Amino acid sequence: MALKKADWLALEKKAHELRRLTLDTTFWAGSGHIGGGMSVLDMLTILYHRYMNIKIEDPNWEDRDRLVLSKGHAGIAYAPVLCDLGWNDKEQLKTFNHTNSKMGMHLDSNKVIGVDASTGSLGHGLSIAVGMALAARVLGKSYKTYCILGDGECDEGSNWEAAMTAAHYKVNNLISFVDRNKCMIDGRTEDVLGLEPFVDKWKSFGFIVKEVDGHNFNELAEAIDFALQNDGAPVMIVANTIKGAGIDFMEDNYVWHYGAIDEEKYEDAKKSLDAYYKKRVERAEREGA
Amino acid sequence: MAGGLTYTAVDSTSLSTAEIYGKALVELGRAHKDVVALTADLAKSTKIGDFQKEFPDRFFNVGIAEQNLVGVAAGMAKAGLVPFLSTFSQFASFRAADQLHTDICYQNVNAKVIATHSGTSFGQAGSTHHAICDIAVTRAIPNLTVIVPADGMETYNAVMAAYETPGPFYIRINRGFDRVLYKDGDYGFEVGKAVTVHEGTDITVIACGSCVFQALQAAEFLDKTDGLKVRVLDMHTISPIDRDAILKAVGDTRRIITVEDHNIDGGLGSAVAEVVVESGKGCAFKKLGIPRTFAPIGLHEDIMSIVGIDSNGIIEAVREVMGKDFELDDDWDDEV
Repeated sequence: MALKKADWLALEKKAHELRRLTLDTTFWAGSGHIGGGMSVLDMLTILYHRYMNIKIEDPNWEDRDRLVLSKGHAGIAYAPVLCDLGWNDKEQLKTFNHTNSKMGMHLDSNKVIGVDASTGSLGHGLSIAVGMALAARVLGKSYKTYCILGDGECDEGSNWEAAMTAAHYKVNNLISFVDRNKCMIDGRTEDVLGLEPFVDKWKSFGFIVKEVDGHNFNELAEAIDFALQNDGAPVMIVANTIKGAGIDFMEDNYVWHYGAIDEEKYEDAKKSLDAYYKKRVERAEREGA
Repeated sequence: MAGGLTYTAVDSTSLSTAEIYGKALVELGRAHKDVVALTADLAKSTKIGDFQKEFPDRFFNVGIAEQNLVGVAAGMAKAGLVPFLSTFSQFASFRAADQLHTDICYQNVNAKVIATHSGTSFGQAGSTHHAICDIAVTRAIPNLTVIVPADGMETYNAVMAAYETPGPFYIRINRGFDRVLYKDGDYGFEVGKAVTVHEGTDITVIACGSCVFQALQAAEFLDKTDGLKVRVLDMHTISPIDRDAILKAVGDTRRIITVEDHNIDGGLGSAVAEVVVESGKGCAFKKLGIPRTFAPIGLHEDIMSIVGIDSNGIIEAVREVMGKDFELDDDWDDEV
């Protein structure tokens, strides 16, 4: 079912605010994993602001939906989401990466409220998410577990161990995503270590795969709605994204896996994000139900 | 302790150490619905088949995938379960080292690793399946309690204590049967507190795992033949180590030998040495273990004999250290 225009526009507004806050955080920190932060941000936005069953007044509610951000280096985008929800003080973003800050590149689940798993070492998150999802079954709970992987991260063999487990145990209370921005530190994924045929890989490992535009809330919503109704094999949503989405000089450029932002770049990026938001609003107006 | 102590010396002579673990796990499973068991295609070898039979919905075999095994367990613990995961020590500590370090210990979750086939106890399998560096790795990880039980009874006590104590545990047990050290379970097992299994004032042998029984045999022999009073400590908890027991041994005997089924570097001996050196007290000291080499293939008891961590090796080492020209310092109180 297509997103209602008002809901779509609300998500666009929230995503724009969070993109700005992610840029601000990178500027305050001096540098950060902004490329992959911008590519994953729409997934974080739609999960926390449309789908995840959470209680703002009780972030540790035991029946809450869980999110494992397996590409833990996107903490620079995740921290703004968790501050914006009111779970952590937004002022903390001004100390991101600073000595003794509660928030560094890879968020610590014992320090940052709302982080369900401490990630950063790649290839760990899907196993943890499978464990959380299986635990729901043992405990008789109905919560869902969401997991977001990076595409470069899929080089790690442990992901495929986890995938086999998810398929074997039909872990369909787990909904997974790959942020397919096609970039990694040393280059484009297909140049460093080819992942294609990527969708077929997940299919052959027993997943139902939905391939979507990871910057289109309507497509993301349709895929998540499908996954929530599904009672068969686990679902993997391969979200085709753009590294640095919204900041023109970063877009689709692997060099911006991690980068520094000075005053001039900061101002340019703000202008670019505003223009990007305008275009996305136009699309929502045009395509929303 | 959960479930009470229901095992006797008869059980621990008729059951291998891992079988006793398997029984303990079933007891925990009956008493606590939050206990789940996981393995990586080693349910049979790690003796958790009884749990699988009785609690099929709380048992998970993830196939031959140890990194995933540890990660899944961490996720379950994050969600409120108490997972006991079982695989060979070498794979739990090395193959899945990053997951153990990050998913379990950094997150400080309530997951228990029962690492079997430790040391050279899977002797004939060779160095691919010997775990002779795992104590070094695990004791260096923050938040992780590392226990090396001396026999089946102590394994039972350690497993029960692991359930009762929140946080990550690594319990390192042997393949097959252990010589029975404890006739019953009620000898005062406490995590982090060494057990004095033989009193003595001349020298202290600090041992863990299968070497404790060997040290006790050596002490009894040396009392008869050499008139030596050898204190033997069962240092079952390697991390956090019992500093008080070590410092008392330094003060009382001023001669210490450590003995372990592990590389001579990085394990129990190193942990004890750190405490001794930091104390600033003088102490004759010798480490017994696998001497910076990969162990040969063979029966466990043969390997222990070859590398000198059986009773004969300990007797020889005690005589050597007792014969050392080690002067007692009259100004003991002046030392830093």
